[in-house]
Amino acid sequence: MTPSAAPATYRELGLTDGEYELIVAGLGREPAVTELAMLSLMWSEHCAYKHSKKLLRRLPTEGPAVLMGPGENAGVVDVGGGLGIAFKVESHNHPSAVEPFQGAATGVGGILRDVFAVGARPIAVLDSLRFGEPADSERSRYLLDRAVGGIGHYGNSIGVPTVGGEIYFEASYEQNCLINAMCLGLAPHERLIRSAAAGPGNVLVLLGALTGRDGIGGASVLASAELGEGDEAKRPSVQIGDPFAEKKLLECCLELLDSELLVSLQDLGAAGLTSSSSEMAAKGGVGLDIDCALVPLREPDMEPFEIMVSESQERMLCVVEPDQLDAVVAVCEHWETLATPIGTVTDSDRLRVRSGDEVVADLPVSILVDDCPLYDLTPAPPTQPLYPAPAASLTVESGPEETLLALLASANIASRRPVFEQYDPVVQSRTVRRPDDADAAVLVLPTGEAIAVSIDGNGRRVACDPRAGAIEAVFECAANLACVGATPLGLTNCLNFGNPEKPHVAWQLVEAVEGIRTACLALEVPVVGGNVSLYNEAPGGPIFPTPVIGMVGRLPDPSRAGRLAFAREGDAIALVGDFAGADRAGSELAKLRGDPVSGPLPALDEQTVRAAHQTVRAMVNTGAARSAHDIAEGGLAVALAECCIAGGVGANVALGPGLDPFAEAPGRAFIVSGSEEALRGLPILGVVGGTALTLEGILDVEVSRLSQARSEGLARFI
Amino acid sequence: MKFGVVRFPGSCDEVDALHACRRVGEAVLLWHGDRDLQGVDAVVVPGGFSYGDYLRVGAIARFAPVMEEVAEFAAAGGLVLGICNGFQVLCEAGLLPGALLPNTSLRFIFRQVELEVVTTDSPFTGACALSQRLSIPIKHTTGRYYAPDDQLSRMEGSGQVLLRYAPGENPNGSVNDIAGVCNEQRNVFGLMPHPEHAVDPLTGPTGGLAIFESMRAHVTDGAALV
Repeated sequence: MTPSAAPATYRELGLTDGEYELIVAGLGREPAVTELAMLSLMWSEHCAYKHSKKLLRRLPTEGPAVLMGPGENAGVVDVGGGLGIAFKVESHNHPSAVEPFQGAATGVGGILRDVFAVGARPIAVLDSLRFGEPADSERSRYLLDRAVGGIGHYGNSIGVPTVGGEIYFEASYEQNCLINAMCLGLAPHERLIRSAAAGPGNVLVLLGALTGRDGIGGASVLASAELGEGDEAKRPSVQIGDPFAEKKLLECCLELLDSELLVSLQDLGAAGLTSSSSEMAAKGGVGLDIDCALVPLREPDMEPFEIMVSESQERMLCVVEPDQLDAVVAVCEHWETLATPIGTVTDSDRLRVRSGDEVVADLPVSILVDDCPLYDLTPAPPTQPLYPAPAASLTVESGPEETLLALLASANIASRRPVFEQYDPVVQSRTVRRPDDADAAVLVLPTGEAIAVSIDGNGRRVACDPRAGAIEAVFECAANLACVGATPLGLTNCLNFGNPEKPHVAWQLVEAVEGIRTACLALEVPVVGGNVSLYNEAPGGPIFPTPVIGMVGRLPDPSRAGRLAFAREGDAIALVGDFAGADRAGSELAKLRGDPVSGPLPALDEQTVRAAHQTVRAMVNTGAARSAHDIAEGGLAVALAECCIAGGVGANVALGPGLDPFAEAPGRAFIVSGSEEALRGLPILGVVGGTALTLEGILDVEVSRLSQARSEGLARFI
Repeated sequence: MKFGVVRFPGSCDEVDALHACRRVGEAVLLWHGDRDLQGVDAVVVPGGFSYGDYLRVGAIARFAPVMEEVAEFAAAGGLVLGICNGFQVLCEAGLLPGALLPNTSLRFIFRQVELEVVTTDSPFTGACALSQRLSIPIKHTTGRYYAPDDQLSRMEGSGQVLLRYAPGENPNGSVNDIAGVCNEQRNVFGLMPHPEHAVDPLTGPTGGLAIFESMRAHVTDGAALV
């Protein structure tokens, strides 16, 4: 085996002294160069979840619809008719901050692979993006422009519709933009496949793109150590996406699965071959022998450790029975996709890597996958404010009309059309509700039923009150589903936080996870997968704690899927849910007025929330509600304005005592419209009609002015 | 009536087109490497990013083996419909006049647009009414139709412009608001909007159905080429 790495190198690779000692003790020797590269990545926060794994065990993961839970490439829920929906959200934050176009594009490429790795055809993408203030920051405008371009480049080219998403702009994301991508896939139950390697003697086959030096990241320290010079280490470590290669790989993998030619399948993501092979071996309780000299390379003379940790995109790893190998190669040739046998499954418990005749790594699978120490967090609430109050752009003297127009024109509330017009939302012909039609996207299934999906996570509110804010994020997603008539089946989350080694960030993390747990238990929605992105922190402090929730639900009749637009003059407008308890803490108005980022958020009764969701869902499914919209950012007045703008019609509303037009009640209160008869029993606020939105005694603004303010708010930065 | 929908590696909307065709007739997929058109009555060259379109759009697809057969089929009077990338491919292959340039915004644009039927005197618009509005989505980066002035006036004069973006709806800067054109023989038609994404009331307006209906009527009713 190659000589041991220089002892100091492990620190540059991100391992602590203690971790290195554990490795030496576990192996009974010093690790060789390739082994150290592999271990340093497998023991990284990104792969080992060492600061979050214990915490994530708090999340409920079981439910009647769950077909595959956390631990697989993506979670899967049953949607009836022998079909499953696979879905997952993942971050690509750090690469996108370096190179936003490719960072965001490969973020989409990566989450697509996670979904087709379980045998599902990707049918929808959603994105959750966070940037600094666009008015103040040219860099944020640049990141927005390029990240949106990258998402479109990949999703549009590969033929998967981008059906929804969300964007927030806050100063705390100035140095750490967030790019979270979610993908949904559709599979018949019998095509679902797990990643566990099995069957000693079976062949390990690498599918797809050539392996290059991209994405080698921290491990390139070894390159400079080996070569004695620094040039190799300076190579950019952001991966480059090739949607055409992935499109062929996708069709190829699905045909291989339809033909029942694979034993197991796994995508190559972070830490490349190392993580994919060791996880397949660990899950199957087997060993693997790999000859890395067989891996087809894009650049000659790559070192074994580089081959083992390369993050080149558009690659998959599968296990094949030897007598099926020819058939596999034939399918791959049809799709012009490389298929290369690179190893075999063994009945040992070791991952052995050769380079030709030389053994370069011989490690117990368990040391790679299971033995990384898990750290306890030391949470403590902050003793002073973590985030500076935003600069005020609106004074308390501003009247209600000016306030409403300013809210509609604010970057966080304004129309997302300039962004979503850059994405194809209709390819594959399933999209029943597009962006701007409704609070959630709706996709029809081959069974004639439909699914709905929403992604949400208001970091400002979580920063104000981590537990309550995280509860709200889950409820808001479920509320969005209720507005189209869907019942939640499962959720995925991406936890974007600062440095967990700092007590106040640890506290945010612990509180937010508890909040997600509370809301999941209240709604009986399991978590089927997710991702954690930590260390999103700059010298100025951490990002807003940003748990992003993606939720999938099911609705019986897509032709009745809800819309947010007021539909008919003369319809009554009613309030559903507990709005009287809402206030302005953490609201968009509080931000515009320069209020400090502080809570607490109003408490909410989980059963009341759940009942409100049920009411809205039932009204949409029976057709009693002709529109439904939840009262989120900007509050009641903005929600009404959005229903008016979408419908191209006005409304006349009288707010009763105690109803604040600018209070926000995300996830718990709704505006519905319908015939007076259909809304009987609900508190009626007013009536649809005319050309202006009138809140009696408060404001009276033409819908055309509201629409103009809303359409220009974000467009002016793009 | 049997449609054949070409599938290149990188095609995205071929299955959508297949399903749209099946609303009015039979339809099969034609693989890019195959030369057998399977006896189809009409060929659809669908949208997407053929071969990744990393070069000029459609520049590689025109050399696909199947395209040689499509060219022969067109020369014999067979109906050929090119949608979006398919329109680009047909222009590259010389089966249609003009070219598609990058949108004036230089961005990918998805938008539901209103089109106007310029003439019903074609196998692709025969089932429409003159000046009928069709609501159909566009989605492309390279959809700005261009032809030199002299060629353009010949095309306008001979009624080769079949669809225009309605006033104020031109999303990409196309000359004369042109959304779709046919060849002189009127049996090859290309358009940037996606009629296959406008055939099902569940997913949106159904303005695209008239295109497929027109083709079916032309073939099954045996109407002579005009």
